[in-house]
Amino acid sequence: MTTVEHSAVIAQPRPLLARPTKTSGWTSWFTTIDHKKIGIMYGATALIFLVAGGIEALLIRLQLWRPNGTILTAATYNQLFTMHGTTMVFLVGMPLAVAFGNFLVPLMIGARDVAFPRINMLGYWVFLFGGIFLYSSFLFGSAPNGGWFGYTPLTSTPLAHGFLPSRGPDFWAVGLIMLGIGSVTSGVNFIVTILNMRAPGMTLLRMPVFVWMTFIIAMLTLFALPPVTAALIQVYMDRNFGTNFFNAAQGGDPLLYQHLFWLFGHPEVYILILPGMGIVSETLPVFSRKPLFGARVVVMSGIAIGFVGWGVWVHHMYATGLGPATTTGFGIATMAIAVPTGVKIFNWLGTVWGGAVRLTTSMLFSLGFIAMFTLGGLSGVMHSIVPSNAQQHDTYFVVAHFHYVLFGGLVFAIFSGFYYWWPKAFGHFLSEKMGKINFWLLFIGFNLTFFPMHIVGLQGMPRRTYTYGAGHGWELLNQMETVGAFIIALSVLVFFVNVIASRIRNDVAPADPWDGRTLEWSIPSPVPAYNFLEIPEVHEFDDFWHKKYTEDEEGRLVRLPSGGSDAGQHEVSDGSHIHLPSPSYWPMVFALGLPISGYGFVFKNWLLVGVGVAVLMFGLTAWLIEPDTAHEDH
Amino acid sequence: MTAVAEEAPALGAGHDGGGHDGAGHDGSDHGHTTNTGVSNTKLAIWAFLSSECLFFGSFIASYLLYRGRDTNFQKAGLIKTAFKPQELFNIPFTSATSFILLMSSLTMVLALAALQRGDERRFRIWIASTALFGLTFISGQVFEFTEFYQKGLRLSSGTFGSTFFVMTGLHGAHVTVGIFWLLSLYQRSLQGKLGPEKAEAVEVAGLYWHFVDIVWILIFTVVYLVPYHK
Repeated sequence: MTTVEHSAVIAQPRPLLARPTKTSGWTSWFTTIDHKKIGIMYGATALIFLVAGGIEALLIRLQLWRPNGTILTAATYNQLFTMHGTTMVFLVGMPLAVAFGNFLVPLMIGARDVAFPRINMLGYWVFLFGGIFLYSSFLFGSAPNGGWFGYTPLTSTPLAHGFLPSRGPDFWAVGLIMLGIGSVTSGVNFIVTILNMRAPGMTLLRMPVFVWMTFIIAMLTLFALPPVTAALIQVYMDRNFGTNFFNAAQGGDPLLYQHLFWLFGHPEVYILILPGMGIVSETLPVFSRKPLFGARVVVMSGIAIGFVGWGVWVHHMYATGLGPATTTGFGIATMAIAVPTGVKIFNWLGTVWGGAVRLTTSMLFSLGFIAMFTLGGLSGVMHSIVPSNAQQHDTYFVVAHFHYVLFGGLVFAIFSGFYYWWPKAFGHFLSEKMGKINFWLLFIGFNLTFFPMHIVGLQGMPRRTYTYGAGHGWELLNQMETVGAFIIALSVLVFFVNVIASRIRNDVAPADPWDGRTLEWSIPSPVPAYNFLEIPEVHEFDDFWHKKYTEDEEGRLVRLPSGGSDAGQHEVSDGSHIHLPSPSYWPMVFALGLPISGYGFVFKNWLLVGVGVAVLMFGLTAWLIEPDTAHEDH
Repeated sequence: MTAVAEEAPALGAGHDGGGHDGAGHDGSDHGHTTNTGVSNTKLAIWAFLSSECLFFGSFIASYLLYRGRDTNFQKAGLIKTAFKPQELFNIPFTSATSFILLMSSLTMVLALAALQRGDERRFRIWIASTALFGLTFISGQVFEFTEFYQKGLRLSSGTFGSTFFVMTGLHGAHVTVGIFWLLSLYQRSLQGKLGPEKAEAVEVAGLYWHFVDIVWILIFTVVYLVPYHK
């Protein structure tokens, strides 16, 4: 942003609804519409929620340390496992994907920002307020307690004669509707940005694989969130207005809820895992010094997963008795979706194979991702087989499976991404030494926690149950799991220490520290507000790499003298001539209206709903009529 | 979710290669090109409407699942009372208000055409007519809801009361948001801030408005026109 001339400020009083001008200092974080800052805010907030969800998990593991544990009551346990699942899916997994997407997509496609910076800002504040809203339920003693899946009629029966004697399900339904609004706005933003704002020559098939995966999850988000929003509205109406959507006594059908929920819930699994696949598709080629093996096939496999992901939801519902034709069809689709997933795994292995591998922390996490995700994928294929699924249903085997996919998959990839892009975001490296401690603790802790769950699960230990009896032979394995969980916590603590220590030590990173392949490495670290001084022109896949290297007659890599980076240009010009949109207050005001209305809906206080809507409309109106720029000074 | 659609005319961050001071504020205007040739704003509204399809699709699917169930359950003795939709509905009346809603799509098109020609006076006439037709439809819905309520139909009347009120009510809420959107365009035009160069803002509102009309065609068919079993 240009510095404002003082004379202009004095001469002209600031008009009503003037846009804020500060782009540095702590207050600027509240008004920023810079995609990089918003990405960092998404990441930081998601990490705080990760700690909250992690503490819930540790309490669960303490309760299950020994049979007939008494640390938690059944009611508290229900709240903790519900909030653990809800947090990890909606407040950690999805926002971390949006964090990376926000920060990276414009940099990778050669754009100055996303298509709608203020809507982007809105998405963040809706996420933050939605998360706080959900967690505030603890203050009312009404934390959600019907599971992250919220099955009806457990959750939908009215409070007065309900099974769940609290407003937990109301908080849950209203909170998730709110978070869904944020997700849909960020989905629309990603789709438009990726389709419309690519640099010249950046055709769809020249886009980095991470951008492709972000595009696919944006599409999935767009189509997966509405069914669950509809289902949550129905749950809310059933609880508070006596409708009979899921009330079997009046002809309602609780199974309808499961269909609507899993029509969202399964694509949601791919919304969570595809960003991880995108991240390792970027790190593995760089740390193997080889192009991504079959990059187009990886993209096509991602698209195939995106499509087939819509036809597998019933595998969550085999135990409901939908009949052989239905379960067979969905079973086959579930097996089929393993094919593009397996193709990707072989592509990653092919990338590493024969490469000049550098075992950095980021690479270790990526390799860990491949191994752990493959294990999770294998137990996933086991679930597609209907009779065996019926045996495993609602046991810890399922818990083991999806933690291998989402923790072993997504979380490992996210950490890989942190270590890889940290220099780009903050201009300094994270400590590799502590990073390796971080990785090995996480790897050991993770397997110690979740591998025994396969065994106790096959032995019949039920999930979602606050305790278990003695004498089943589950004691030792559960104790291993609890120890593992604390090792995971230690590992996350090491990561946070690393973040702080590395910031103090400030090991300054150059523009291209890893010898990268994609456009974000062609600009300085940390990235200036305007991203690219000159919008780059792209000629091929991995364009930046090909600007740095060529091959001699024998096919050996030769570094070009110019090096391809435009970091040098940035020293010549400070980019102050580049016009960037000004920060804004109003998306945050708009977002603030949502939780206010939310409390009104939960406590059936229509005045409060009205106040929330008024705040929202005020924010919206100001947003629409505020000037495009801070000052008419040019 | 609907309110967000109104945000579409937000910033398109300067994607114009730099140096063009002041250009690229409005996503679509100022003639700079996008990769697809479709402006950011228009692409965003299409994406948003595609999402809305699934939203209404879920409610229509719920309605279809429960269609006629109350009567069957009553015959089987599973529930005590059941409303017969065909005895509640006043199909000529609802057909008339539906026709008015569909005609509002025509006036919407005429409004856009007028603005593109630069005829701002006719634009205001047509956009006001569109809002008025929408308002007529909503009044019809309010009248219908009141009548059904007086005949005893409640949200808690079996699955028919639940699915009917919630689905048509959410559609009505969408129409209401649309009316406010149209009125805000009318207001901007009165202030002289909506010239032919801003025609896309009207086009985007029009896409939303047509979408809401099309959804009503589906709901009207499924709820009113397809005969119920006796």
